[in-house]
Amino acid sequence: MKTADIQQLKKTCSQVRRDIVRMVHACQSGHPGGSLGCTEFFVALYFHVLRRKSGFSMDGMGEDIFFLSNGHISPVWYSTLARSGYFDTKELETFRFLNSRLQGHPATHEGLPGIRVASGSLGQGLSVAIGAAQTKKLNNDNHLVYVLMGDGEQQEGQVWEAAMYAAHNKVDNLIATIDYNGQQIDGPVKEILDLKDLKAKWEAFGWEVQEFNGNNMEELIAGLEKVQTLTGKGKPVMNLMRTEMGFGVDFMMNSHKWHGVAPNDEQLEKALAQLEETLGDY
Amino acid sequence: MTKFTFTEKKDTRSGFGVGLLELGRKNPNVVGLCADLTGSLKMDAFKKEFPDRFFQVGIAEANMMGLAAGMTIGGKIPFTGTFANFSTGRVYDQIRQSIAYSHKNVKICASHAGVTLGEDGATHQILEDIGMMRMLPGMTVIVPCDYNQTKAATLALGDHHGPAYLRFGRPSWPIFMAPDRPFTIGKADKLVDGNDVSIFACGHMVWQAIEAEAALAEKGIRAEVINIHTIKPLDVAAVLESVQKTGCAVTCEEHQINGGLGDSIAQVLSRHYPAPIEMVAVNDSFGESGTPTQLLKKYGLAPENIVAAVEKVIGRK
Repeated sequence: MKTADIQQLKKTCSQVRRDIVRMVHACQSGHPGGSLGCTEFFVALYFHVLRRKSGFSMDGMGEDIFFLSNGHISPVWYSTLARSGYFDTKELETFRFLNSRLQGHPATHEGLPGIRVASGSLGQGLSVAIGAAQTKKLNNDNHLVYVLMGDGEQQEGQVWEAAMYAAHNKVDNLIATIDYNGQQIDGPVKEILDLKDLKAKWEAFGWEVQEFNGNNMEELIAGLEKVQTLTGKGKPVMNLMRTEMGFGVDFMMNSHKWHGVAPNDEQLEKALAQLEETLGDY
Repeated sequence: MTKFTFTEKKDTRSGFGVGLLELGRKNPNVVGLCADLTGSLKMDAFKKEFPDRFFQVGIAEANMMGLAAGMTIGGKIPFTGTFANFSTGRVYDQIRQSIAYSHKNVKICASHAGVTLGEDGATHQILEDIGMMRMLPGMTVIVPCDYNQTKAATLALGDHHGPAYLRFGRPSWPIFMAPDRPFTIGKADKLVDGNDVSIFACGHMVWQAIEAEAALAEKGIRAEVINIHTIKPLDVAAVLESVQKTGCAVTCEEHQINGGLGDSIAQVLSRHYPAPIEMVAVNDSFGESGTPTQLLKKYGLAPENIVAAVEKVIGRK
């Protein structure tokens, strides 16, 4: 990828981060920490990686599709969807307000383009993605299915049912990613319920596992390009993506405290001062 | 009206098995998923004929519900198969979020419901599933009464769009519905005309109601028997039309007295046409091991229980 294109993605990230803190501030609720940490991933995915059709169809035939399992980081997804043309950026101001299509956690119920299943109750997205990937195979559709999960989410048992199933059934048109930020609501994952050697676990379940830094755009793009070459080889693919919760806003970093807390007026100003407005605020 | 009798017995789950196979031949988008109970769910024939459209999930029901939700994206119509307990209570949140709230076209097919599961006992005899499923917004809930109707219901689900729960059972049971009897989701089926009481029944209890009706006729009581095979959406018009004629109702279900058919009918009557109602159902308890017949008797689900309920409710008119 050209340096100029990488620079453009970084500029988009800055705008998405502004959107995230402004959305969460406006309704005084929501989850800025994980959203900020996954900004590079979402921007890379929607502006570079996904082979998308214009417009939105629920069936997603003939295009790559993405599922968000850790639905609480909806702000980053909504911003990215709007910035990549699924709906007007103006609608971001309705996030979490009554009668909005931008529900606290993603839903299909209000018909928001880009969303194919509700998520929020953790542990379910990987199963859904595997099902969608198997349907793509039945339909002879050689596009890929992507899914993102949280690392705390790995504590849910259903994740491991799905892990076993996908490897056993050679679901190799699937690229899963774990946002490996080491934090969950109550504190560091290591203290709450340690995942131990996550790479070894996924490898033992029969997955092809890659690791890269999700906050370094160059490394992230290289990682996401590489894993596409690993599909179609009989194994599902897992990315352990190291990120920092709250990345891009200094006082939100290095802590689980901004997992699900909204900034006040003063904190918003402080955050926005660190994030250049590159594409125009909504 | 038709006199309902039987010459043959078969399990309702076998009706599901043949229905699914026929549906598979008609519609290439139909896929089957099963959580290690292929034989029990009678899905072997579908698996054999459509190996690429059958997904053995293993003992992992939560994953199965998620897979099914995902498979709808791209146009497949997944039919999941496991016992009723593992089809509902075990995976309620998966159904709620990934299927019902997301309005996915998944058909949750559940066998071994109720006490007639028999010897396996209360761990497997779910009696709360109708209640759980009908609480979910947009969920269609179907409880067919015999082999032929279970087959008909399975076929009807192939043309139905949206999440649905199909409940059937394990024991060999009278086949008393004609194979060509029309079946429409959401449309109650009146089996016997009568003026003295309306008996609303679902599942295995429809046959119990037919037997009770014969016993009542001998006593000079003319009961109307209506098969409510679709608990949701409930055929409100049929319920009201019958009770406006008879003035009282008895409900019969192989389910807890809370949350199922009885509650559904009582809600309609109390809101639109208050009338005395009695409920033949399991009275807030778990089941136990035994034969289906023994259990139906012990838990108050025998024809004589329906007769007693009818006499009681008529006395309250």
